[in-house]
Amino acid sequence: MSEQIICRNAALGYEDGIVTEGLDFTVSTGDYLCILGENGSGKSTLIKALLGLKHQVSGEIKWCSGFSAGEIGYLPQQTPVQRDFPASVKEIVQSGCLSKTGLRPFYNKEEKKLCASTMKLLGIDDLADKCYRELSGGQQQRVLLARALCATRKMLLLDEPVTGLDPKAQNEMYELIAKLNKQGITIIMVSHDIHAAVQYASHILHISKKQLFFGKKSDYLKTSIGKSFLDSEENNHA
Amino acid sequence: MLDTLKEYFSFPFVRYAFVVGLLIALCSSLLGVTLVLKRFSFIGDGLSHVAFGAMAVAAVVGLTDRMIIIIPVTVIAAVLLLRTGQNTKIKGDAAVAMISVGALAIGYMLMNRFPTSSNISADVCSTLFGSTSILTLKRSDVLMCVIMAVIVIAVFVLFYNKIFSVTFDENFSRATGIPVNKYNLLIAVITALIIVLAMNLVGSLLISALIIFPALSAMRLFKSFKGVILCSAVISVICAAVGIILSILYSTPVGSTIVIADMSVFFLFWIISAFTGRNKT
Repeated sequence: MSEQIICRNAALGYEDGIVTEGLDFTVSTGDYLCILGENGSGKSTLIKALLGLKHQVSGEIKWCSGFSAGEIGYLPQQTPVQRDFPASVKEIVQSGCLSKTGLRPFYNKEEKKLCASTMKLLGIDDLADKCYRELSGGQQQRVLLARALCATRKMLLLDEPVTGLDPKAQNEMYELIAKLNKQGITIIMVSHDIHAAVQYASHILHISKKQLFFGKKSDYLKTSIGKSFLDSEENNHA
Repeated sequence: MLDTLKEYFSFPFVRYAFVVGLLIALCSSLLGVTLVLKRFSFIGDGLSHVAFGAMAVAAVVGLTDRMIIIIPVTVIAAVLLLRTGQNTKIKGDAAVAMISVGALAIGYMLMNRFPTSSNISADVCSTLFGSTSILTLKRSDVLMCVIMAVIVIAVFVLFYNKIFSVTFDENFSRATGIPVNKYNLLIAVITALIIVLAMNLVGSLLISALIIFPALSAMRLFKSFKGVILCSAVISVICAAVGIILSILYSTPVGSTIVIADMSVFFLFWIISAFTGRNKT
């Protein structure tokens, strides 16, 4: 297994203070890393850093073996603007190919083919001409996932991918992500759903202002922090 | 009625006005969709007031080619306003309101204290509502307008996919390495250019209508981005044509007539969408 992202003792933050520090972890090809943390623990700042949109305050973040930050397929959280955006599914999925076009103003045949095959892979090919704002939440997430996959097949970074979905759609989404992971796509998922993390992820990174844990899922479950987080979440659900 | 029209269209200045009107309507509707979806509708309004202020300054200084002042000032204001939308202490909408009323006040003050003609209120009125200025266009104005329109349309077509992506999802675009800020800047500059152009047609107070009404109407009925853009372009051009012709026939103010035509289409589309129930919002 080759390493794709190496993070060494990195601290992240803004001019007026550090948000999270002591980040020390490695992401390798084919991993399914779940980043856990409460609100305000620095998850979104970490996402920006991984995408190369924000420079670390100290330490090191390295993208290796011919892999760059621009090659991460990103599934952002939905914004209110998007919910009533007049666009067809096809138009949105195609916009994932945009970084491949460079200065060329239009998409070529190859890129259109890629879009079609990706939509088929995610089972949304019959929605191609539907209007995005008329889809269900689960379908919308699939569309955005297809767009991310058009941008890259190496790594996906998912930011709370099941927020706002009903339980059935949540499960379908998780299964779909697991399927993609089995096909060799590295997954980094930011979530506060510890049950899904425990069920699907191979590695866990738990942060809260600083790094609390990084390692294999099985090791995480043995630590006190893992146990207590799992318990508290269980109480919340009960 | 046709004879009256034919007679009017035999005058070159009427033909000029017609051509310029349609081009401006086309350009503003193209950009309108992006501005409305990005929640930037108010920027059009703010910029038009800035353009009014700049026009007053140009008039007072006594420049023959007022565009030399108006275009750069409006472009700079557009860039500044887009910046403030992102992260500053004064929030975007407040900044726009501040700049636009400020420019309006300064503009009127200048026109009032340093009058260029004896009839100040007519001057102010025509700058604000564009009542007659479109009929006083010279050949060079028309040429200028055509060139600007071609630039705007070319930029829009060439960057269509990028504009779509930046409008739909800035975060994703940024993550895949699209220079989002550059495209936002491009959109701001084009918006400023269109507003300066459109001031001739409908005057600075009514420009926003030209930008937002066709886009909002098209969004009632169409489901794809391309559909919305094409539809809003068609609506805008037709409304401008109808508005100009009606204003000639019934000697109504050009700007108001066009805007009322745009409004009528909006209500028509709104009713249709309500009846067909295709639109959830």
